[in-house]
Amino acid sequence: MTISLKVNGKSHEVNDDPSTPLLYVLRNNLGLHGPKFGCGLGQCGACMVHVNGRATFSCIFPIAAVAGREVTTTEGLMENGKPNKLQQAFIDEEAAQCGYCISGMVMRAQALLNTKPKPTEEEIRSHMSSNLCRCGTHAAILRAIRRVAVA
Amino acid sequence: MRLHAVLISIVLIGIFLVLAGLAWTWRPAIEPISSGAKQVADAKTIRQGAELATIGNCSDCHTTKSGASYAGGLALDASPYGTIYSSNITPDPETGIGKWSEEAFRRAMHEGVDREGRHLYPAFPYDHFTHATDQDLHALYAFLMSQQAVRSTVPSNDLKFPFNIRLLVAGWKILFLSRGSLEPDSSQSPEWNRGRYLVEGLGHCSSCHTPRNLFGAEKKYSAYAGAVVDGWYGPSLNSSIFASHKWSADQLAEYLSTGWHKMHGAAAGPMSDVAKNLSRASRENVDAMAIYIASLSNDSKAPTAPAQDKPVVNATSEVVAIYTGACAKCHNDRNDVGPSKALPLSLSTAVHQADSANAVRAILYGIEAYRGSGGPYMPAFDGILTDSQIASVAEYVRARYSGGPQWTDINKEITKARQKGGQP
Repeated sequence: MTISLKVNGKSHEVNDDPSTPLLYVLRNNLGLHGPKFGCGLGQCGACMVHVNGRATFSCIFPIAAVAGREVTTTEGLMENGKPNKLQQAFIDEEAAQCGYCISGMVMRAQALLNTKPKPTEEEIRSHMSSNLCRCGTHAAILRAIRRVAVA
Repeated sequence: MRLHAVLISIVLIGIFLVLAGLAWTWRPAIEPISSGAKQVADAKTIRQGAELATIGNCSDCHTTKSGASYAGGLALDASPYGTIYSSNITPDPETGIGKWSEEAFRRAMHEGVDREGRHLYPAFPYDHFTHATDQDLHALYAFLMSQQAVRSTVPSNDLKFPFNIRLLVAGWKILFLSRGSLEPDSSQSPEWNRGRYLVEGLGHCSSCHTPRNLFGAEKKYSAYAGAVVDGWYGPSLNSSIFASHKWSADQLAEYLSTGWHKMHGAAAGPMSDVAKNLSRASRENVDAMAIYIASLSNDSKAPTAPAQDKPVVNATSEVVAIYTGACAKCHNDRNDVGPSKALPLSLSTAVHQADSANAVRAILYGIEAYRGSGGPYMPAFDGILTDSQIASVAEYVRARYSGGPQWTDINKEITKARQKGGQP
């Protein structure tokens, strides 16, 4: 079945089973390797992308449900080929250890900052609680988000 | 002359009735205690009190989401009467119960009257707490008085006329409050009696599992018939009608102390707080409660109802794809619940019950309560799937996994869940 997707501003025609998770299509069909496969159960957040601006677990989001909506991955946050403010803050705070969760963390945090540019500490923590980092770099991740949140 | 006499008599009788009524409903203030007079209880008593506070779910109502423990201020939606704010029950003398003697505390629990002598609204479930023994209340009082005093004034109640007249509560009590302890039933085991004491008393389970009448009192003749709380359906405990399997006491004990059972599903909505509390209670007490609750259900439903999994004739390819891609990753039919502890949906009580209230809320808001404890987990689909996708998935699951009739209330429940904010 052919499904039209709009990803990072570009339209794509994808020929795949409509129950295929968006994550697989992003990685395997479109070559966007920012989003990662972590648990495949919507538990860890490594696969997080924006769907119509909303942070969404792409591993449990079948492409049949995407029709007519806009998908953004961490690649789509880049501005003129450079990391955007939040991505740069992650780099500056050295928030990545193994890096596997980072794309999801960035997408999750960006979704918050898009709707609430100056979130409180409590709002940041509660919003980020859906994303796990097995290296335990949460403190650095929070610092990176705070850098942008107060800027 | 005679007319005069009649009028005077009527006025006198009227005055008498008013005075009698006031005398009947009037409760004296109990002398405040000074902070120096506070007794220091021993650690064992305080521990017992902590256990009882856990079983009584005190903190669920007396703590706000981000507030200090027991400092009150949680808005309780007492529709259609208005909003009631829970009180500060920390030992702060000005804004909490720091000036309350044990006698005042006992009177509040047994009679629903505060230290100053005001009648308390039955949102505070003294219709159950009245069964608590003096000894247990001694421990509970010691525990609360050992907590950190928090100075926090709670907002005033926002009740509609005439419900804002506290004296009306006195009339409510005449009609609906049966004071006093429960006589043990000698034909039952000590565990059953212990369970009954906890369930009917401090545990106040029927507050959420029994439907209420026009006056907001539990309907005695429909005890445990199931009720709606914050939009969630608190299933009937007097029958296993919506369970795929009859609940055994062992299953209940596991469910109550972990928030999950593999044959029934997860404790979600307001029940997740109860399960989180009971996970900290002693297993002995939880077992006793489970024995009593299991005994309430007198139907003889077959212990292993055949699992439903029917082909859904008129399902669209979109809903099948969404179900397969979004739901079946965890809710598979292989008896493998995985790390999310997701049941085959043929076992889920939410799927079998008469309305879609719990299924819709679980899909919208997920089950997040146990994230920190390795319990059941479900991601929220609100705003991720569209409302019409959520509705079609709910309809599909109902048709595929339950023997019951089609749900007709799905869109209504989605709207209602949004209005109420969904999560307790």
